[in-house]
Amino acid sequence: MLEIKNLHARIAEDGTEIIRGLNLTVKAGEVAAIMGPNGSGKSTLSYILSGREDYEVTEGDILYNGESILELDPAERAARGIFLAFQYPVEIPGVATMQFLKVAMNEQRKARGEAELTTPDFMRRVKEAAAELKINPDMLKRPLNVGFSGGEKKRAEILQMALLEPKLCVLDETDSGLDIDALKIVADGVNALKSPDRATIVITHYQRLLDYIVPDTVHVLYKGQIIRTGDKDLALELEANGYADIIGQAA
Amino acid sequence: MNMQTTSRLTAAESALIDAYTGQLGELPGNGAVISARDRLVDDLKTNGLPTRRVEAWHYTDLKTLLRSVPMDAGTGSADAIEPLVAGAHVIGTRQGQIVGKPSVEGVVVGAFADMLREGTAAPGLSVIDRDDTIGKINGSFVRDGLVLEFPAGVTVEQPIEIQALHGAGQAHTRFPVSFGAGSKAVVIERHAQTGEGSAFVSSVSDISLEDGADVTWIVLQQQGADDTHLGQVRIRVGENAKLKLFVVNAGGKLVRQELRVDVAGEGAELSLRGVNLLGGDTHTDVTLVLGHNVPNTNSTEIFRNVVFDRARGVFQGMIKVALDAQKTDARMACNTLLMSDDAEFAAKPELEIFADDVQCGHGATVADIDDNHLYYLMARGIPRNHARAMLVNAFVAEIVEELEDEALVEALEGVISTWLAKHA
Repeated sequence: MLEIKNLHARIAEDGTEIIRGLNLTVKAGEVAAIMGPNGSGKSTLSYILSGREDYEVTEGDILYNGESILELDPAERAARGIFLAFQYPVEIPGVATMQFLKVAMNEQRKARGEAELTTPDFMRRVKEAAAELKINPDMLKRPLNVGFSGGEKKRAEILQMALLEPKLCVLDETDSGLDIDALKIVADGVNALKSPDRATIVITHYQRLLDYIVPDTVHVLYKGQIIRTGDKDLALELEANGYADIIGQAA
Repeated sequence: MNMQTTSRLTAAESALIDAYTGQLGELPGNGAVISARDRLVDDLKTNGLPTRRVEAWHYTDLKTLLRSVPMDAGTGSADAIEPLVAGAHVIGTRQGQIVGKPSVEGVVVGAFADMLREGTAAPGLSVIDRDDTIGKINGSFVRDGLVLEFPAGVTVEQPIEIQALHGAGQAHTRFPVSFGAGSKAVVIERHAQTGEGSAFVSSVSDISLEDGADVTWIVLQQQGADDTHLGQVRIRVGENAKLKLFVVNAGGKLVRQELRVDVAGEGAELSLRGVNLLGGDTHTDVTLVLGHNVPNTNSTEIFRNVVFDRARGVFQGMIKVALDAQKTDARMACNTLLMSDDAEFAAKPELEIFADDVQCGHGATVADIDDNHLYYLMARGIPRNHARAMLVNAFVAEIVEELEDEALVEALEGVISTWLAKHA
């Protein structure tokens, strides 16, 4: 489903290279965890997958279902099924949450040549998905993310993911700032979306989230490269020993 | 500052003076009114239109910007339009004059033309200060308008919409409105061109809020693409009165909207808001002079501007706090989104504070759309143009929502999104 080949990327503004020859393959149905110390390029990788324009790809390619997506803007990538759950979702005053959800769902449907949702159908879907994630309906009456607590923002991200039904879900430190109850709810939301035709990339610092969202593969990112790949036991090893050993072996 | 004598008049200045001469004997008014008009026209003749050397007009050099004035006193027809809010009481003027006999239950409605004929209008045909060019032009040419008197204690449930509609030509209206003690109403002052061709419009609303009145006054300016609109709202706010003043500029070629507010009663509370939607080759100026003249009053002022194409916008906001106006709390903000490299906006906030125990502040920002916001919306599949439109809408919708009245909020959001769909 996703094939990243020898990817090099830098910050457009100052040319700082962050991703330095990254290779990664994620198959349909797979849950891949990406772990790594601070500053290794984890968030940057998620931004680049989503098409954020602050980064420039200088070498290599990203193939999604066999096609390069480098020329696509974030909206086009989203319409093709790539979803990034942000570590820090932005607050947008003046944009009503419900209006945003409806526009996003319908624009994606339009881009795929599907009919727009009727208002009752849309309302029903939001109500059901919000209930699953134990989201207070009052929260949805507020402007997008405005005044949401850290946990509410993360839940709102997963709500969007559930409604948009993407094919490739990228979760950027979705566990940060969540207490254990919220973590379970969010993890359940992610697990509910698991299917043979959907892949998930979980970016995290900690093993904790991986107790709930069990990965098929674990990849260690360091200085813009994947330096080690393993199964879920690799995450446990990292939890026990830290990154130093693996970084030492790779160097 | 106004000492220059103008030996050579511009085309527009000559046209104004000729228009006045041409209408001698036709403009309604008794002797006192005619002398008042003559004085104002003499002033225009002597001093001409203001240039950038006049501080109050520094960013809107009317002498240069006003290229021509249609001679026609206005014969174009104007059809009624749908009111902003369904169920509103619609009254108004066509081409500067009242048609028929308008009425609103619970409100005393009169014709300004009658005040002109009787001479009771004469004292009001004066200028606030020597830079009051709008007062001069309007006082010279005004033919009619609605006179509204809200008796003490009356509450008018449905909004009242004053439709000042016109086609090409000139239209000059005046609306003296008094809100009696404890009265409550929502009034929409709506200016729109419904025909074709260029129009020259001036309008003065002379409003007083007696003690405890609770008033929402909305100025909605939707003039045509070739129109000049010179608007002025003069408001006196009495003790414990509540005023929400909301200005929307969504039209016109050359626009100056002045707000002259006199906070005259203790405990008065004011919320002044404005949305300027600017596009094309237009020039729009909102000038606010807000006088906090007694102790214990508060006001907030927020103006949001969106500027496309080669449009130019101006906001001048002056808050004056008189010597004994202690405990004044006044906050002013002017935020602008520049949507093109050729768009321009000049913001000039000013504070003039003589009292020593007050809270006053102002801030002005000019920015493009926040890239992080744009990226977030796009990352959810919303195409760039749609995402930009949503963010522009959000930028102005935020203050429209403060109006709270759901029907009104929805109607104004409709005006904004219609405008944006055409211009963005």
